[in-house]
Amino acid sequence: MTRTIPISLVVNDRHVDAELEPRRTLADFLRNTLRLTGTHLGCEHGVCGACNVLLDSEVVRACLMLAVQADGHAVVTVEGLSPARGLNALQQSFKTHHALQCGFCTPGFLIAAHALLQEDPHPSRARIEEAISGNLCRCTGYIPIVQAIDAVAQEQRPDAAGEPRT
Amino acid sequence: MKPPAFDYVRPATVDEALALRDRHGDDAVFLAGGQSLMPSMNFRLAAPGIVIDLNGIAALAGVEAHADGSLVAGAMTRHRFFETSPLIAERLPLLSRAMASVAHVAVRNRGTIGGSLCHADPSAEWPALCIACDASIVLQSSAGSRRVAADEFSLGVFTTAIAAGELLTAVAFPPWPKRRGWGFEEVSRRLGDFALVGIACVVDLDASGCCADARLVVFGAGDRPVLASRAVEALRGRRVDDGALRTAAARARADVACRSDHHASAGYRSRLVEALTHRALTHALHSAS
Repeated sequence: MTRTIPISLVVNDRHVDAELEPRRTLADFLRNTLRLTGTHLGCEHGVCGACNVLLDSEVVRACLMLAVQADGHAVVTVEGLSPARGLNALQQSFKTHHALQCGFCTPGFLIAAHALLQEDPHPSRARIEEAISGNLCRCTGYIPIVQAIDAVAQEQRPDAAGEPRT
Repeated sequence: MKPPAFDYVRPATVDEALALRDRHGDDAVFLAGGQSLMPSMNFRLAAPGIVIDLNGIAALAGVEAHADGSLVAGAMTRHRFFETSPLIAERLPLLSRAMASVAHVAVRNRGTIGGSLCHADPSAEWPALCIACDASIVLQSSAGSRRVAADEFSLGVFTTAIAAGELLTAVAFPPWPKRRGWGFEEVSRRLGDFALVGIACVVDLDASGCCADARLVVFGAGDRPVLASRAVEALRGRRVDDGALRTAAARARADVACRSDHHASAGYRSRLVEALTHRALTHALHSAS
């Protein structure tokens, strides 16, 4: 019988204590223990990006971390990006630009895009494409996703006066 | 798709980690950034009885800069640090540039130099970069520590010179000389994928603009990164023109045995070796002068 390990972390600004088997991945802990099912599991080997979460503000794969490794750290899931009611600017922009169809990959894209915009509020198109290159989407063809992120980046520009961008 | 049960320990020091490894032998694995070990465990290709997590060992993280220009990088220093650090951009610009080709941001935020070297994927960037920079790999065991030249570290697919009971603790990079240029080229199916073929090189010019020395490493082509020594002989001691670059590229192609797999044929890889060698050396010459 493998022993369980107590951990203490912050998830979406909430303090969480738990005791679990070391083999539990961070993704499974978020989904099955905390019922934060917005974090999706696709490939479970780090390729698809659906399980992206923020660990101390940096985007990471939740399928490639053990939950016990998050002990003492702060995790933000897609649920933590939204205001109490409604959608945040990025989520609204995804909706407006039809940047999702089935929606399975969307949480991972939102986390990756959020991390990018935190680091660089005005990323170039190329930078946006690079930032989401680790996320797979089988529906959209990616272009609407890039447009959705780009639109938020444009709105955030101090000189944003609605002029068309070349 | 879930790892089998194991015990988990997070030691605070290297000595503690080594003692745990000695006690548990091959039943134990060291967990660095987890970007290769965790997939193996999720697939149950690896089923260790005990995981020794190195993420709690502060002494293994970060880069130490010495006055003579050399750098010592702790094994747990993450790819993203090398990508974004101004110190690395100044002292080892080849590394900064090459990091953009290592998987994706989410992986680079966790993956480590030591983990990648120990995993020894023949298509990975780190083993080749360390050879190009003439780095030494520092291995420690409870019996002491030793250094292995980067070129003697990767022995084959997923195989290294690490002996049982040893832990890779650091990578030592010698000073980057003045008038050193660098080149890095890689072809992969998609951005962030493992390389079909990649080239990492440095070219040192003397005061008169002639090539004093050069190191060129081909990776992704065979079962380990290869130092193309005969190729760079075409450059040494002369003012390098395009003819010399073409000779070097042709020699690299002739000397590096390429593998065929479902990603690319040996013939295609060979053509890549030649084309990318030419491009990388051209970049190196421009950035040196």
